[in-house]
Amino acid sequence: MGRRRFLGLGAVLTGSLAVGGKQAIADPAQESPPADAPWSQSIGAGVVDRPYGRPADTEASVIRRNVPWLTASAESSVSFSPLQDLHGIITPNGLFFERHHAGRPDIDPAQHKLMIHGLVERPLLLTMKDIMRFPSVSRIHFIECPANGGMNWRAAQMNSLQFSHGMVSCAEWTGVKLSTLLEETGIKKQAKWAMVEGADGAHMNRSLPLDKCLDDCLVIYAQNGEALRPEQGYPLRLVVPGWEGNVNIKWLRRIKLGEKPWHTREETSKYTDLMPDGTSRGFTWLIDAKSVVTFPCPEKPLDGPGLYEIRGLAWTGNGRVKRVDVSMDGGINWQTARLHEPVLSKALTKFTLPWRWDGRPALVASRVIDETGYMQPTIAQLRAQRGSNSVYHNNSIQTWQVKPDGSVFNVQLA
Amino acid sequence: MYSSRKICLPIMAILLACAASLAGAAEPGSFGYGSVATPAQIAGWDIDVRGEDGTGLPPGKGTVDRGAEVYAEQCAACHGTFGEGEGRFPKLVGGVGSLRDERPEPTVGSYWPFAPTLWDYINRAMPMQAPHTLSADDVYALTAYILNLNDLVPHEFVADRNSLPKVKMRNRDNFIWTDPRPDTMSKPCMNDCVNAADVRISSTAEGRNLTPRTTGPLDTMQQK
Repeated sequence: MGRRRFLGLGAVLTGSLAVGGKQAIADPAQESPPADAPWSQSIGAGVVDRPYGRPADTEASVIRRNVPWLTASAESSVSFSPLQDLHGIITPNGLFFERHHAGRPDIDPAQHKLMIHGLVERPLLLTMKDIMRFPSVSRIHFIECPANGGMNWRAAQMNSLQFSHGMVSCAEWTGVKLSTLLEETGIKKQAKWAMVEGADGAHMNRSLPLDKCLDDCLVIYAQNGEALRPEQGYPLRLVVPGWEGNVNIKWLRRIKLGEKPWHTREETSKYTDLMPDGTSRGFTWLIDAKSVVTFPCPEKPLDGPGLYEIRGLAWTGNGRVKRVDVSMDGGINWQTARLHEPVLSKALTKFTLPWRWDGRPALVASRVIDETGYMQPTIAQLRAQRGSNSVYHNNSIQTWQVKPDGSVFNVQLA
Repeated sequence: MYSSRKICLPIMAILLACAASLAGAAEPGSFGYGSVATPAQIAGWDIDVRGEDGTGLPPGKGTVDRGAEVYAEQCAACHGTFGEGEGRFPKLVGGVGSLRDERPEPTVGSYWPFAPTLWDYINRAMPMQAPHTLSADDVYALTAYILNLNDLVPHEFVADRNSLPKVKMRNRDNFIWTDPRPDTMSKPCMNDCVNAADVRISSTAEGRNLTPRTTGPLDTMQQK
C-alpha cells in the first residue's frame, strides 16, 4: 500500500469513526470530556485545494443581494452589501455593493484604453500598461450610492440593514492620481470641468468640476490589494472620494476637459433632488455625514438580556468622523461611542458602545458629527427641508426598535 | 552688504519655487507614457453632447414619422407603444404638472431640462440590448418622436443639430445647479432632549412584506 493510499484510507476511517462515534465521544456541544469534534479528528485539505480561496461553507448566506421588485431588470440594478455580517471598515471585494446601468461588461485589459482630450495641451491615449507605469497611490475611501436609504424617504420600508444601508462599501484603492494624468496631458487655462465616461453599454458619463479632479480623484486599477473585479469596473475606474457613487465611473474609457458642465441624463433626469416646491437640486455630489448601528439590527436580534456591544459604522464626504453618539431610548438621551482606529478621511469609521440590555423595549439609534461640525439629522428634519419626493441623499438617523423577545425592526419616529 | 542680502533672499525663494514646480512634473508629457491621440482617434471616441446648447451634436436629421417607425422596432417593447412604459421600465411621457404632487412622475416631458440630453442618452445607451448601434439620423428621429409624444414639438418638427437646442423644455428653469446643503444644522443635546411622551413610532417596516430574505438563496420575490 502506497503512502498516499494509506493516508486516504486513514481519512475515510477517521471520518467514519467520527460520524459513528458522534453521540458517544465527539459532540463538542456536550461539555463533558472528551469533547473533540470531527474536524479535530481528521486531516484537513491541502494548500491549493482552493487556489483562490472562498468563505467557509457555513457563511454561504453572506452574499450581495438584490430587491427584485425594485428595478426593471437585473442589468440596470443594484446589489446590496451584507453589512450585518461584516466587521471592521474594509468591505471584501466580493461583497462590495454594485450598481450597473447596462450590465457588467467583461473587458480584456489588453484591449482597454483611456483617452484624455478636450481642453488639454497634449491629448493622450493610454493603455493599461501605460497607466500602471505612473506613480501609484493607495487610499482607503468609502463609496455610497446616494439612493442608499432612498426606500426609507417616505416611511420605514425595508426590514433589513442590508437593504436599508447596504449601498455603501469601503476599500483600499490603488491607482494613479487623476491630477497626475491631467498634468501629463497639460490643462488649458479655459478648462473648468471634466466629462468622465465609461466603456460599458450605457457609456455612462458625468460632469465633474476640475477643482475636484485635481484635489483627490483617483484613477483606479486595484481594490483591496487585487485587480478590480469586473463588477467594480475592471480594468479601470474613477474614485471620487466623498462624492455620490454615480460619479465614480466604472470601466473608465474617456476624460474630456471643457469649459462648462455637460448636463447628462445622469445629472438631469437622475441624481437630482426634487424639492416640495417643484424645483430640483442638481449637482448635489457630496455625501453628507451618516451613521448606522450594525448590531443589533433586523438580521441580528438580541439573545436575551445581558451585556452587549453596540456596533456601527459612520462616514462623511466632508472628511473625518469626529464623534458618534448612541441612544437606546429613541433620542431622549445619548452617550458618546468609542471610535476605532483608523479614523480616515472619507472612509468608513467603526464605533462601539457597551450596553447592558435589561430586556425592556428599546429604540436604538446613532448620530454622527463630522469634522466640519455637521450633525446627522433626523428624518423629520430632512423632510422639513426637502419633503419626501427626493430619492437621494437620505442621511437621516436610523432607529432600530428592539422588542422584549430581542427581535429588531426598522422604524421611524415622529 | 546688508542691503544686498535683503535683495538676495527673495530671489532665492523664487528660484526654489521654480525648482519645486519642475520636480512636480507639471510639464505636459514629462512621463512620456502612452501615445498622443490623433484627430481620427479623438473623432472616433468623442460621442458626448452638451445638454444646454447641443455642442457635439453631429450632422443628420430625423422626422417624427420616421421616429415612430424606429420606436416601434427598437423601443416599444420596454417603453410602451406611446411611451407609457412597460413593467418598471421608465415612462417617457406624462407627469406634466405632477412635480409638486405626492407621487410625482418625472419624464422627458415633465422633468428633463434640455432636449439635446435626450439625443445624447439615446445615442450612448439605447437600445439597452444593443447600445450605440443606431444611426445619427435614427437617433434624431427617435428624439423628434419622443418630444412630439410629449407635445413639446409639432408633428412637422425635424430634429437636427440646430433645432434640438431650441426646443423649450417644460422644466427648463426649475433646476438649481448649486448645492444649498448643509440644509439642516443642529447642535448635539445629550440628555432629556425629547419628551418621552413625544417619542412615537410613526412608521415601521414590520409586516410590510417588502423585504427579500437575507439568509439562504437569493430571493426571487416579485413586484410589489
